[in-house]
Amino acid sequence: MEKTNVPLLEMKNVSKSFFGNQVLQDINFKLEAGQVLGLVGENGAGKSTLMKILFGMNVIKETGGYGGDILINGKKVVFETPFDALEAGIGMVHQEFSLIPGFTATENILLNREPQKKSVLSEVFGERLNTLDRKDMDERADGSIDKLGVHIDKELVVNHMPVGHKQFTEIARELSKDNMNILILDEPTAVLTEKEADALLESIRGMAKRGIAVIFITHRLQEILSVCDKVLVMRDGVIVKDTPAADTNVQEITRWMVGRSISGNPSKAAVATAEKERGKVIMSISRLWVDMPGETVRDVSLEVYEGEILGIGGLAGQGKLGIPNGIMGLYEAGGKVVFDGREIALNNPRKCLDSQLAFVSEDRRGVGLLLDESLEWNVSFPAMQIQNKFLKPYLGGLVKWRDEKAIEEVTNKYIKALQIKCTSSKQPAKELSGGNQQKICLAKAFALEPRFLFVSEPTRGIDVGAKSLVLDALKQFNRESGVTVVMISSELEELRSTCDRIAIVSGGKISGILPAVSASEDFGNLMVSNVR
Amino acid sequence: MKNRKTGYEAPLEKISPARKVLGFARDNTVPLMFILICAICIPLSGFSVNYLLAEIVTRISRNSFLILSLLIPIMAGMGLNFGMTLGAMAGEIGLILVSDWQIWGIPGMVLAMIISIPISIGLGVLCGKIMNMAKGREMITGYIMNYFINGIYQLIVLYAMGVVIPIIHSSIILPRGYGIRNTVSLLAMRQSLDNLIAIRINGVKIPVMTFVVIALLCLFIVWFRKTKLGQDMRAVGQDMEVARAAGINVERTRIISIVISTVLAGFGMIIYLQNMGNLSTYTAHSQIGMFCIAALLVGGASVDRATIGNVFLGVTLFHLMFIVAPSAGTALMGDSMIGEYFRVFVSYAVITLALIMYETKKRKASSKAARELALAQKLEEENK
Repeated sequence: MEKTNVPLLEMKNVSKSFFGNQVLQDINFKLEAGQVLGLVGENGAGKSTLMKILFGMNVIKETGGYGGDILINGKKVVFETPFDALEAGIGMVHQEFSLIPGFTATENILLNREPQKKSVLSEVFGERLNTLDRKDMDERADGSIDKLGVHIDKELVVNHMPVGHKQFTEIARELSKDNMNILILDEPTAVLTEKEADALLESIRGMAKRGIAVIFITHRLQEILSVCDKVLVMRDGVIVKDTPAADTNVQEITRWMVGRSISGNPSKAAVATAEKERGKVIMSISRLWVDMPGETVRDVSLEVYEGEILGIGGLAGQGKLGIPNGIMGLYEAGGKVVFDGREIALNNPRKCLDSQLAFVSEDRRGVGLLLDESLEWNVSFPAMQIQNKFLKPYLGGLVKWRDEKAIEEVTNKYIKALQIKCTSSKQPAKELSGGNQQKICLAKAFALEPRFLFVSEPTRGIDVGAKSLVLDALKQFNRESGVTVVMISSELEELRSTCDRIAIVSGGKISGILPAVSASEDFGNLMVSNVR
Repeated sequence: MKNRKTGYEAPLEKISPARKVLGFARDNTVPLMFILICAICIPLSGFSVNYLLAEIVTRISRNSFLILSLLIPIMAGMGLNFGMTLGAMAGEIGLILVSDWQIWGIPGMVLAMIISIPISIGLGVLCGKIMNMAKGREMITGYIMNYFINGIYQLIVLYAMGVVIPIIHSSIILPRGYGIRNTVSLLAMRQSLDNLIAIRINGVKIPVMTFVVIALLCLFIVWFRKTKLGQDMRAVGQDMEVARAAGINVERTRIISIVISTVLAGFGMIIYLQNMGNLSTYTAHSQIGMFCIAALLVGGASVDRATIGNVFLGVTLFHLMFIVAPSAGTALMGDSMIGEYFRVFVSYAVITLALIMYETKKRKASSKAARELALAQKLEEENK
C-alpha cells in the first residue's frame, strides 16, 4: 500500500551503540499525523535510547551519535540539542518531572516562554526587564489546559500538587507550544491513579483528533490497546513487532516482549533445585514499605528459605530495587523483617551488617566502591570495619593495625576465583572495567562471609562473558558456603537460569512467586498485572 | 495547603490549633527568640521609649538599604552569600575619592555612587563567575572570597593610592606620602541625605529622604520580581536543571543577580557611611556582611527565602538587641563589655542556628513522603 503523502515522522535504519555495545539496531518505522503509537518493551529493550535520539539529547552526541536517518515530513533532520528538536515541533514529557517546585501551574506551563510587556526600563536595559503579562499568561495556560481536556487548578503551586497533576502540568506545557506536532510521553501513567490515567487516555485521543502524533511509552498494555493505533514492540534493541493495535491482545504483546523462546528451557540445575527440599524460613518480611524514589515498595510480605537463591524480578520502577535497599537501611522503610528468629531494626545499615547480612548494591560506583582506593582496600574495608577482620591488635588491643599481608592474600584469592582482570591488587578500583568492578563488589561481600546476601542487578552494564562468570560465582558461593542469596534483576532469563524461585514485583507489591521452571509467559503476565 | 484530589494526604491536613501554634513557633524560632531577648533586656537597660525609638529609626535608615541588597541573590538561589561585602568595598573607594576631591554633600554622595558602579559590576561579575564554579556552596565561597578581595582592596588603598591613583589631600593620605589614613572623616558629608528632609516627631528625628530612597528600592525589588529576569531568577533559584532545560541561561542569570546585589550594596554602604560620618578605611566592610546576614535571619528569612518584611523586622529586632544589650549587661554583670561580647556572639549564633534549621527542615520534608507511604498502607489495611 503506497501512500501519496509523506509520513510526519520516519526512522530509517536507526542504530546506536554505547562503547561498542549495540543497543539499537535497524529501527524502521513511520508515524502519521494524528496517529498514536504505542511503544512497549522490557527494560533495556532500547525504548528510552530511541526516544533520546529522537529528542536530540546530549547524551547521544556525547557517546558518538547514532546511525541511520530521521525524517520529518520527508526531510532529513539532525538534532544537536533538545532545543533543535523543540524547534522542529517535537515535545517530550520525561519520566522525571521537569517542573519548578515553587511556581504555579501557569508559571510552569509557560516557563521561559512567558508573554511580556515592554516598559521604559526594558527599552534601556534590554528585553529581560520586560514585565510579565500575567493576564495573557493566564489565558494561554487556560488554552492549553483546555486542549489537554483535564481540569487542573492553574493557580496551584507545584509543591502542593498531587503527582498526577504534576504530570498533567507537564503535558499542558508541551501543548502550549504552538508548533508542537509530535508528542513523546514516556510512561506518563506510571504515577497516575486509575481515574487520572483514564483522563489522560481520553486526552491523548483528543490530541490525536487535532492532528498531533503521539508516541506513548507504557508498561500498562491495556492502555496501549485502548488508545493506540499502532503497537511497536521492542526487544534487545530491535523492533520485533510492528502491528495495528486492533489486531493484537495483551497476551500476544507480553509474549513478544519477554519471549526469547517461548518454551524457555531452564537449566537442569534449576529443575533439580526446584525439587530440592526447602530449608527453614530464614528471613520473613512482612508489610514492608520503602520510600525509595522511583522504586517505591508497598506492603510487601515475603519469606526466604535458608540456602535457596530467590530471584526478585519485575519491570523498572515497580519497586524491586526498593526491597533490598529498604531492608539494608539505605532508604527509609517500615514494616517488620525477621532474620533467623530475630527482628532486624530498619533504617540502620550497621544493624543489618552486624547480623551477617550483606548487600551488593546496583549503584556500584556510588555505594559499592571506593573508586580511588586500591582493590585491596575495596575488598577488605567492610570486613575490617564491621567484623574487625584483617586487623592486628597491639598493646592489648588498644591500637589496631591493618594486617596488610592478610588483606593482600584475601584479595588475590578473590581476584583468582572471580577472574578479575587487573594489573595487581594495588590497582585503584576506578581503573577497572564495569564487569570487573562488579566482581570486586561481589568479592567485597564474600569477604564479609555473610549468612545472607542481597545482590542487586549484578549483571547490569557488563558484557555477556562477564555475566555468566558473575552468575556462576554467585551460584558457587551459594552452594559451597550455604549462603542464602536474594538476587534482584531486570533480566528474567538471568533469574530463571540462576534462581530456585522467582518473585515478581509489580506496582510495589509482590504479584506472585513462581518456581524458576515456569514459562516466561507466566512471569510476563505477573510483571504487568498491577503496574502503576 | 488545600487538597481535594488525593485521599492519602487528607488525614495529614487535620491540624489541631495547638499544633498550628507549635508549627508557627517552629517556623519562626529565631524572630521569637529575639523578641524574648529584647523583652527581657529592655526593662533591664532602663532606656526611655523615646530614646529607643530614636535609635531604632536611625538604624533602620542606616542599615536597611544594605540588607535589602541581599534579597535578589537569595531569590536566584544563591543563598546568603557574602557578595555584598565586595560592593561595600566599591562604595568605600568611591567615598575616599570624592573626599579627596573635596566634593561634599549630596553631589559628593551621588558622585561616589557613580564611581562605585563600575567597580561593583567588575567585582560582581568575578564573584558570580567563581560562585558558578561552586554551586551550592555560595555562602562559604563568598566568605572566603571576601578575604581575598579584602587583600586586593588593602593593596590598592594602602599602597596604590597616592602613587598610582593621585591622592593629594593631607587629611586623607598618610604622612609618608602614600596610602590612606585609618579613618577618613566624612564630617562634611555627615547625614547630608538624612538631613535633606528631616522632621522631628516628639523629639524623634525622622530622615524622610533616606526612607524615600529605601522605599524606592523596595518598589524596585517588588517590580523586579515581576520582570522576565526576576521570573528567570526565581526559576533558577528553585531548580537550576529545570530552568536550563527550559532554555534559561542559568550561569548568566546568576551572575546578573550578584551584580545587582554588589551595585546595591555599594549604594547601601555610602548611605550607611554618610549616616556614621566617618569611614574606618580598613575595617568598615569587614563585618558588615555578617551583620546584615544576621539581621536578615533574625527577621525570619532562611537560606532560600527572604522578603522585604524580613528585612525590616530583622533590622528592628537585631539592632534593638544591640542597643539594649550593653546597658543590660552593665545592669546585670556590672560590665558593659559583656554586652559588646554578646552582640558578636549572638550574630554568629543566629547564623549557625538558622543554617541548622534550614537543613533539618529540608530533611523533614524528604521524610514526609515516607510517612505518607506508611499512612497509605495503614489506611488500606483499615479499609479491608
